[in-house]
Amino acid sequence: MATPVLDKEEAAGKPEPGFADSPYITVTFRVRRFNPEVSAEATWEDFQLEIDPKERVLDGLHKIKWDLDGTLTFRRSCAHGICGSDAMRINGKNRLACKTLIKDINPEKPITVEPIKGLTVLKDLVVDMDPFFQAYRDVMPFLVTKDTNEPTRERLQSAEDRARFDDTTKCILCAACTSSCPVFWNDGQYFGPAAIVNAHRFIFDSRDEAGEQRLEILNDKDGVWRCRTTFNCTDACPRGIEVTKAIAEVKRALITRRF
Amino acid sequence: MSTTETTASGIGPVEGAPGYSVENPAPVIEAPRKRTKKTPKSTRGNFEMYGWLFMRLSGVVLVVLVLGHLLIQLVLDGGVSKVGFAFVAGRWASPWWQVWDLLMLWLAMLHGCNGLRTVINDYAERANTRLWLKALLYTATVWTILLGTLVIFTFDPNIR
Ligand code: HEM
Ligand code: SF4
Ligand code: FES
Repeated sequence: MATPVLDKEEAAGKPEPGFADSPYITVTFRVRRFNPEVSAEATWEDFQLEIDPKERVLDGLHKIKWDLDGTLTFRRSCAHGICGSDAMRINGKNRLACKTLIKDINPEKPITVEPIKGLTVLKDLVVDMDPFFQAYRDVMPFLVTKDTNEPTRERLQSAEDRARFDDTTKCILCAACTSSCPVFWNDGQYFGPAAIVNAHRFIFDSRDEAGEQRLEILNDKDGVWRCRTTFNCTDACPRGIEVTKAIAEVKRALITRRF
Repeated sequence: MSTTETTASGIGPVEGAPGYSVENPAPVIEAPRKRTKKTPKSTRGNFEMYGWLFMRLSGVVLVVLVLGHLLIQLVLDGGVSKVGFAFVAGRWASPWWQVWDLLMLWLAMLHGCNGLRTVINDYAERANTRLWLKALLYTATVWTILLGTLVIFTFDPNIR
């Protein structure tokens, strides 16, 4: 009855297959829950999961929502780190749930999952992103040119000119940076790193002609000068953008254009 | 708002916080302050830029002034035990040290004042708290600068 493979395993003194060599481990997810339709208090709730450590935090949240508690509310869309909808505070650091592997964040201890900070919590892990996108809109994140005619051909650009702002084109507007910034936490008036990153993307684009205007917008008292060079944004960015460096380049552009 | 309805939907009433339901939700957890379309636009020109530049430029000068000051007062020539009326009188007899101390006083006070202004802006939540903390800060700064300047210029070694 027993297959040769099983015989070998028994000979090696291994326990019964199917359980012991399962890749699954037991992990505790400690999730910050808030439901205004039930209580004004936010509370921690623990969930025990059987999960492959090579899976991601997002898979764990799916397991909770699909198998354990359908009321758990969070945003996600692409599940592959490109839509920017599932930034959350995992073990105290802002990350994308879909890019964070269980094995990389010490599954021995409970994994804490909270909404990103500094924005109004609507339910569980869902926050009101309006103030974040308001700051984004304020820096005019679109190409501005003086000629009002429809272009008849492509706007060409040298490889070097394109490379100048390459880093800041990668932003997916996940808000991990802005909601990791201590200036933003207490003071939601600050434009925040993400808005500055997206202004940088056009200020340093040789095809764009509204750089001066955007610099003036960021010269505001709640603009780049509120940055305290904490580097939280650079640490948080799931796209690896050098956010603090981009902010410093905008500061430098503001100073050098005047002197 | 009936409790049976919420229970039926699988969400039991939470202990100690009854009364919230789909029709009567609790207030959401607000961020301390929010940026909206109505956020007032600044009209302060380049003030923040000059403030930022001043912190860095005055910082560089302060490295020399403050470290030099500490060295002279606390380390060289017998350390702190030598400091007394005669020592101060001797130094302020020279315009060099008068200018040194005057510059250090003004730069350190303005640098510290602007730094604390930043801290207040970053941490005080309510507009009124900000106003009062800053009023206190500016009063203390102006008072200290004026008093210090007065002493440096009117110091009389033959007092008494
Ligand atoms: C010794 C040389 C000094 C250097 C190089 C220096 C440099 C700086 C710089 C560059 C900043 C701005 C930090 C930022 O914008 O994030 C700063 C902030 C500050 N400095 Fe100084 N400084 C010096 C001495 C002093 C002294 C003597 C005082 C006190 C009178 C002082 C009080 C402050 C305060 C309160 C802040 C604000 C803290 C903050 O923004 O986090 N500094 N300093
Ligand atoms: S800069 Fe990075 S962290 Fe900030 S919004 Fe863009 S992708 Fe997210
Ligand atoms: S779900 Fe799209 S970035 Fe994570």
